[in-house]
This record gives sequence, C-alpha cells and structure tokens, in this order.
Amino acid sequence: MSLRIVVTVKYVPDATGDRHFADDLTVDRDDVDGLLSELDEYAVEQALQIAENADDAEVTVLTVGPEDAKDALRKALSMGADKAIHVEDDDLHGTDAIGTSLVLAKAIEKAGYDLVISGMASTDGTMGVVPALVAERLGVPQVTLLSEVSVEDGVVTGRRDGDAASEQLQAQLPAIVSVTDQSGEARYPSFKGIMAAKKKPVESWDLSDLDIEAEEVGLDGAFTKVETATERPARTAGTIVKDEGEGGKQLAEFLAGQKFI
Amino acid sequence: MAEVLVYVDHVDGAVRKPTLELLTLARRLGEPVAVALGNGAADTAAALAEHGAVKVLTHDASEYADYLVVPKVDALQAAHEAVSPAAVLVPSSAEGKEIAARLALRIGSGIITDAVDLEAGDEGPVATQSVFAASYSTKTRVIKGTPVITVKPNSAAVEAAPAAGAVEALSVSFSAQATGTKVTGRTPRESTGRPELTEAAIVVSGGRGVNGADNFAIIEALADSLGAAVGASRAAVDAGWYPHTNQVGQTGKSVSPQLYIANGISGAIQHRAGMQTSKTIVAVNKDAEAPIFELVDFGVVGDLFDVVPQLTDEVKARKG
Ligand SMILES: Cc1cc2nc3c(=O)[nH]c(=O)nc-3n(C[C@H](O)[C@H](O)[C@H](O)COP(=O)(O)OP(=O)(O)OC[C@H]3O[C@@H](n4cnc5c(N)ncnc54)[C@H](O)[C@@H]3O)c2cc1C
Ligand SMILES: Nc1ncnc2c1ncn2[C@@H]1O[C@H](COP(=O)(O)O)[C@@H](O)[C@H]1O
Repeated sequence: MSLRIVVTVKYVPDATGDRHFADDLTVDRDDVDGLLSELDEYAVEQALQIAENADDAEVTVLTVGPEDAKDALRKALSMGADKAIHVEDDDLHGTDAIGTSLVLAKAIEKAGYDLVISGMASTDGTMGVVPALVAERLGVPQVTLLSEVSVEDGVVTGRRDGDAASEQLQAQLPAIVSVTDQSGEARYPSFKGIMAAKKKPVESWDLSDLDIEAEEVGLDGAFTKVETATERPARTAGTIVKDEGEGGKQLAEFLAGQKFI
Repeated sequence: MAEVLVYVDHVDGAVRKPTLELLTLARRLGEPVAVALGNGAADTAAALAEHGAVKVLTHDASEYADYLVVPKVDALQAAHEAVSPAAVLVPSSAEGKEIAARLALRIGSGIITDAVDLEAGDEGPVATQSVFAASYSTKTRVIKGTPVITVKPNSAAVEAAPAAGAVEALSVSFSAQATGTKVTGRTPRESTGRPELTEAAIVVSGGRGVNGADNFAIIEALADSLGAAVGASRAAVDAGWYPHTNQVGQTGKSVSPQLYIANGISGAIQHRAGMQTSKTIVAVNKDAEAPIFELVDFGVVGDLFDVVPQLTDEVKARKG
C-alpha cells in the first residue's frame, strides 16, 4: 500500500528583510516579501528521500496561510512533492500556535496520512511547538527534532540530538516527525521540476471544509494576546579600535573596566 | 496565596540552573510548587527548597527515560490537577517547550514560549519576549486557561529564598500515548568541563574566520582564561570544526550571557537571533564593515590570530 506523507510548510516573512508588526500586533505579512520557511525545506527534503526509498509513496505539502502562501507550496512542488493543499480563510488571520495545530490536524486527517513531516520551527514565530501539538491532537507518536530519519516496514526511526544526550528514537506509523537543519541539505528545484510544478494539483480548503468554526481560530480564538510590541532601541554604538599591535590589550583593558577580569 | 507550578529540569537529581531562575520568577507570581520527575527526583528537594519551593512533587518511573516527552506531560497534567496553580513555568529547552505545549492543549490553556522576563499583572502574568532576532520586544499574556509559560535561561538571577520544600509523592497514571515513541538508545554528551553554553555568564564564540578545527584551540584558550563557555557560528559547525551542540543562533542555542565575545563571525541575522540579548557584546573581526560591529560595546578590527592570543595572555596576566 502506498505511503502517504504530508509535509507541513509555512510561508514566512523573509528574515533578512525588515520584519515588523501590523497595527493589530500580528506579524505584518503584507509589506515584507515572503517565502517558504528555510527550515521547512529540510522537511520537504526528508519527505522526498523517504518517498524515493519506498516502493510506492505520495508526498503532499500542506500550508495554512494567506493567498501568497501558494508561493511556498509552489517551491515545495518544484522540489518534487506530488500535490499541495492550501488552507486559506479570512478568519484565520491572527491564529496562534494552538489554533494552527487545530487547522493542521483537521487538514491532515482529511488528506489522509501515514507520516507527517514538519520543520523544527518556523523562522518567524520560532516556537517549535506545532509538531508536538499536532501529535497531541491526532493522538499519534511524536518523533521530533530529528537530525537523521528513516522509515522501514511501517516503523520510523531517528536520532534526536538533545542537550544532555543524543537519543535514538523509534515509533510505529502513523506518526509525526520533525527534522532539524542537521538532517541534510535541501535540494534546489531543477528547471524540469519548476516546469512540472506548474501542472501539479493545488487544492484549496477553507474552514468550512474542515468543520472548524471561525471563533476557534484567528485573533478571536487566540489563547494568547500580544499587548505591546516595541522596537528594541538600536544598541548604542560602541568603541571600535583598529588593531595596530595592541588590540588584544585594549580589549583586555575594556573587559577589566567592565569588571569581567 | 496562589501556587505556581515549576517544572524541574535535573540530571539524576542535580537541578540545572535555569530551574532555579524559574523559582525566582515564580515567587513574583505566587508560591512555587516544583515538579521533579524520573531518576533522582527526590534528590532535587534540598536545592529547590533553598530557592523558594514550598512543595516538591516527585514521581519516578522508567517511562520518563524510556519514552519521549508524553510521560512527562502526563505527570505535569496530574500535578496541574492536584494543585490548580495560577501558572505553570517550564524551562525553555527544546523538550521543555514540547512538554509545555502539549500540557497547554490538554488543559485548554494558551502557551507562551521563550519568555525573557515575567511579571505579575492585574489579569495574570505578563511575559516579555524578544522576537524577530531580538529586534522587537513584546509583552504577551495568556488569555484563556492557566498560563503555561516557558522561560529562557539567564532571564532572572538565581536568589536564595529558603522555604519548606516538603516532598510529596505525585500520583501519575500514564496515558495511552505515553509509550508511543520509544527511546532505544542514548549517548550522553561528553562533558568538556566548561560551563553549559546557555547557562554561562561569558560565552566566547568562533566563526568561519577561525578557519579550521585545530584553530579552535585559540578560542578555547580564551574561554578557559575567562571561565567561559565556547560557542560557534553555523558556518564553523557546518565546516565540521566544532560540534553542533555549541552552535549559537536561530537553529542552535540561544544565549544571553553577561558577556559575548564573537571572533571571526560576521553577524548574520540568524546568528544575531541567538546572541543579541547578551548584556555586553565584544567582537574581533578583520572586516571593519562586518555587521557584528553594529552590535558591539567594544570591537577590534584585526586578525583574530593576533588579537585573541594577546587577549588571552593579558587576561591570564591580570588574573595572576
Ligand atoms: C534557516 C537558517 C538558520 C540559520 N541558523 C544559524 C544559526 O543558528 N547560527 C549561525 O551562526 N548561523 C545560522 N545561519 C547561517 C547564517 O546565515 C550565516 O551564514 C552564518 O552565521 C555565518 O557564519 P560566520 O559569521 O562564521 O561566517 P561568515 O559570514 O563567512 O563570516 C566570517 C567572518 O570572519 C571574518 N574573518 C575571517 N578571517 C578572519 C581573521 N583571521 N580574523 C578576524 N576575522 C576574520 C570575516 O571578516 C567575516 O566577517 C542560518 C541560516 C539559515 C538560512
Ligand atoms: N501555518 C502553518 N502551515 C503549515 N505548517 C506550519 C504552519 N505553522 C507551523 N507549521 C509547521 O510546524 C513547524 C513548527 O512551527 P512553529 O511551532 O510555529 O515553530 C514548522 O516548521 C512547520 O512545519
């Protein structure tokens, strides 16, 4: 039977651009160029590798996001995913992690899955909790933050490099996996891949397709509230000296003045 | 007075510093009740009592070591039911965030991750977060359920505040999901004898400019002269010069020491994301245009192979 892999990918504001907040204190997604979160490229890559090693597999990429989030799906399709699902609804504006996990879980169930692969964290929110939340909602094992992953005979195994130890993990499918940026370079889309992606199916679902009420998501459904967002004052310019043979000593002098030595 | 649950991060009974910092913050909100799980759980009590825990709920079972995350969620949920706290605080490690998130979902609460400060507010705790690579600072509140908040290391000073710290056995029944992900092997990290990167008061980092694994000895020598932890940029880690566990930045550790010394690091946004909240920042870089210089309190434009050894010698000389 075919291995159904769903990859969750997020469309995020470019980290090298000037990211800021909109008036309602949500992340401004209009004024900044967006892209497929770089950390989700690793998830797409591992999904493609697992699919290549399976007899028969299908890779679906799934995103919850605004109209432009289609760009992220298109990129994943051009890397080699087979089809895409875009959950888009005006009522989703301002959804937090708990709400996002609800939408993802419902969409993953509707799509049908044996394996879900996510990134380690989104590059804008950087919470790193959505995969664990989706696992909790779906009631399937979470095998997260893997720097190495493989699937064989309905079992997923992987290595999680934690603070205190490196752990070898194992779980039965269906399961939710997330992979780190140590899992292996993501491939670049080939020209052929980019052309092929244009013909691949992209389904659009809204909240009613997923039996989710507007109040459960968006700013109204949020469990947390950002009360203020202040731009950090730029650090005041420090002293910069050019090394002319005494640079190390001058630095030591500064550190001594600050009581570090 | 309201009670505040504090999840204890410990290694075989030795409490890690970020947990003691959580106790300081918890006391601003109410009376800290600690939850310690797994091997050595009861041995944590003395240190926790010393820092303000009025109660220490403990439970040991092989499930905590043998399965990923969920057994700990089950236990924290049991503690939440037993105590009905005003808030739940968890250290912001990768695992801590996952535990906290699943707990929040189960108890119908909101979650805030990576708080760098916490204060009591009229409508519950207000968390300060540092976002977009620390270019913004936000104040956030949980508006539904018991606030579940994970807090970054070095967010508060550890303060002694002796309290009863009475040990109580927590009764936990594991959920069907608890044994879903088996830990089939574990290789503990070898200790370098240096301070833990996220907990250190001083961090000395090297980047692509260090130009080779062997050259990291120069960075380590400076770190050792200062009693500091060693960090690395992703470029240095990707080149195989230093272990990934020492990577500072968005996809590595986020550090907030008193002093950060960047050597041969350009200061890319993803690196800044992990160190920009350091109190004092110092850099050595041969390119005067390197963006890291926008952040520094003191910078030396020069070759790190000249500057760093001279600095190390000078530190040693001054320390006698
Ligand atoms: C999704 C994503 C996540 C990322 N996560 C991280 C992360 O967690 N951490 C991280 O660090 N990066 C991360 N990066 C990578 C980041 O964008 C940069 O590529 C990286 O930080 C560069 O490392 P560097 O400063 O050491 O190297 P470079 O940018 O190459 O800079 C080297 C610097 O060394 C200086 N130099 C060279 N020789 C000498 C010398 N002899 N003496 C003094 N100075 C010298 C040069 O002038 C230069 O400024 C991430 C990128 C992406 C896309
Ligand atoms: N809106 C979204 N759409 C699809 N996937 C998402 C979305 N938000 C988060 N994810 C997935 O969850 C991972 C962790 O995100 P986070 O918990 O927000 O840091 C990401 O790498 C994605 O794989």
